[in-house]
Amino acid sequence: MACTLGFLLEKEFKQFFRDPFLPKMAIVFPVIIMLVIPFVANLDFKNINISVIDYDNSPLSQRLIGKIDHSSYFILRSMPKDFGDAMTQMDEYGLDVILEIPKDFEKQFQNSQQPTLSIVANAVDASKAASGDGYLKQIVSSTISEYVEEQGYITPAPNIVVRNMYNTTENYRFFMIPALTVMLIIIVCGALPALNIVKEKENGTIEQINATPIGKITFTFSKLIPYWIMGLVILTIALIIAWLLYGLVPMGSLLIVYANAVLFIFTISAFGLIVSNFSSTMQQSMFIMFFFIMIFVLMSGLLTPVESMPEWAQTLTAFIPPRYFIEVMRAVYLKGSSFADTLPAFYRLGGLTVVLALIAIWSYRKRQ
Amino acid sequence: MNAIEVQHLTKTFGKTTALGDISFSVAQGEIFGTIGPDGAGKSTLIRSLATLALPDSGTIQMLGMDLLKDYKTIRTKIGYMPEIFSLYQDLTVEENLEFYASLFDISIADNYQIIEPVFRQLEPFRKRRAGKLSGGMKQKLALSCALIHNPQILLLDEPTRGVDPVSRKEFWNILGDIKKQGITIVFSTSYMDEVSICDKIGLFNKGKFLCIGAPAEIADEFADPIYLIKSAQLYKVLLKARQWEGTRQCYMFGDSIHIVFKDGSYSPEALKTFLAEFADAEVSAVEANIEDCFMNLLNSERHG
Repeated sequence: MACTLGFLLEKEFKQFFRDPFLPKMAIVFPVIIMLVIPFVANLDFKNINISVIDYDNSPLSQRLIGKIDHSSYFILRSMPKDFGDAMTQMDEYGLDVILEIPKDFEKQFQNSQQPTLSIVANAVDASKAASGDGYLKQIVSSTISEYVEEQGYITPAPNIVVRNMYNTTENYRFFMIPALTVMLIIIVCGALPALNIVKEKENGTIEQINATPIGKITFTFSKLIPYWIMGLVILTIALIIAWLLYGLVPMGSLLIVYANAVLFIFTISAFGLIVSNFSSTMQQSMFIMFFFIMIFVLMSGLLTPVESMPEWAQTLTAFIPPRYFIEVMRAVYLKGSSFADTLPAFYRLGGLTVVLALIAIWSYRKRQ
Repeated sequence: MNAIEVQHLTKTFGKTTALGDISFSVAQGEIFGTIGPDGAGKSTLIRSLATLALPDSGTIQMLGMDLLKDYKTIRTKIGYMPEIFSLYQDLTVEENLEFYASLFDISIADNYQIIEPVFRQLEPFRKRRAGKLSGGMKQKLALSCALIHNPQILLLDEPTRGVDPVSRKEFWNILGDIKKQGITIVFSTSYMDEVSICDKIGLFNKGKFLCIGAPAEIADEFADPIYLIKSAQLYKVLLKARQWEGTRQCYMFGDSIHIVFKDGSYSPEALKTFLAEFADAEVSAVEANIEDCFMNLLNSERHG
């Protein structure tokens, strides 16, 4: 059996490297994704368009506007005369936030009154509105406390200090890169096996193989192992780029990353093979795989945290292999978790690996 | 002992019956040809023998083993060549052969003498990718791969489909050489002229054998008088001849027409008179061949 597996693997690798397209893509694809996506897929919002309506025209309001203008988060688009004007701009030119400074804003401070500022945010993109709103509040409160302190009106209220643990600079990229790596593996090591057996079906080559005494387990492993190796290569490339280009190195041990990767790649390739076994054309298997890749990407916590999903969806994510790998990647990279910390995820992933590998072997039928 | 013994084999796909209660046997070292039109169920039959299609009911004994139970052992003793070219087009001739040899745990050298009659002509193309071979060469490579493990039974599904007449002749000769090594051969075809290489044939239609026997036996059993008509206006003559009272069956046969009389009471002269309007029509007696038998069997089946 070991000998036959060797020959089968030799054949798989020969076929892969003779393909004029696949070997190049398997390298170029992860490199491009790692070079481009961390820059563009950014929820760390910058360049928020803002308009300020200044009814007050006081030194304090001028100071506030100056701060907003100099902030890297905001672009001060205009200073409309009244709220109606500002709203028209929001309707027409995708203005994100409007700040309205009322008349006698500064005077009210001097009279120890509570002035009211109003912030109007365009919530078409809810998360952008929320972050714009948040940044603006920070700027306003810091400006006011500065001013109040200078003028000595009242003792300034204690500033709220937020400290970000783990990802200290709150760099969204650092949150995304480990997840992107997982996504790359899902696409390469999930989609390619999904097309592999079905390709043998379409070309008819499976017919002659099926009439030979080769075993189901040997055959399935000969299909899985190449993607296993490929996945580890892709992971390594991605991690090297993350280190060289973005300066992201794991806080914890790389060994944990690779131990989980070994399981995860195997699981996702087995899933691809199952899809391949159940499809009779490449179109079918591609279509099914797209569906699952979408579910994997959106439900694994890659983009949105699992904890904010409804209860039933959280239960479902327990069966989604990338969920565990993403969890481990982020924990090791950002928190420096130890092997013991990640053990529960490791076991669950291991359970899924065994189940999916068994289904992959079972679903390969030599006889109809 | 018979190499293959099939009893009441039935296989359906949904509502279509691919094989309807088939029984036949093939003796050791025989060439058995399953002859019938496309869609008759020949491929399903060959695939059942190749352990790929599970029968709904019935038994298949191969080399004294039960196919349902001992399919794993049987797979080591059969060579199967599917209808469509099913080797790896991106591997070379040699790599394909090596690959199939390795699946049976042998090397090419071990069994070279077995594939020699087929592989001889492929020698010069050893390093060429299978996808770049001509149709005839592909077929020889497929046959080599099916033979490399020295099977006792060779199963060929339409091996000569789409192959030019010269290569087809060559292929028959090769089959003869393989037979000399004591290998039992079962193949399917839709070409009637391929009966000449068979020891035994089965005329196959709609999932059933119409008759099974040695080609000469089957032809001898053909009792009704049969005549050949030649003319320049074949189609018109065919339509006219079909209206004659003595015609049981009348069909195109290459560049002529074969006509089967209802019984001995009709004479070819009467037919000539009936066809008087076609001046060049010639009628002559002819020996029935397998195609005539097949047409006749189909016809009698249709009309009960």
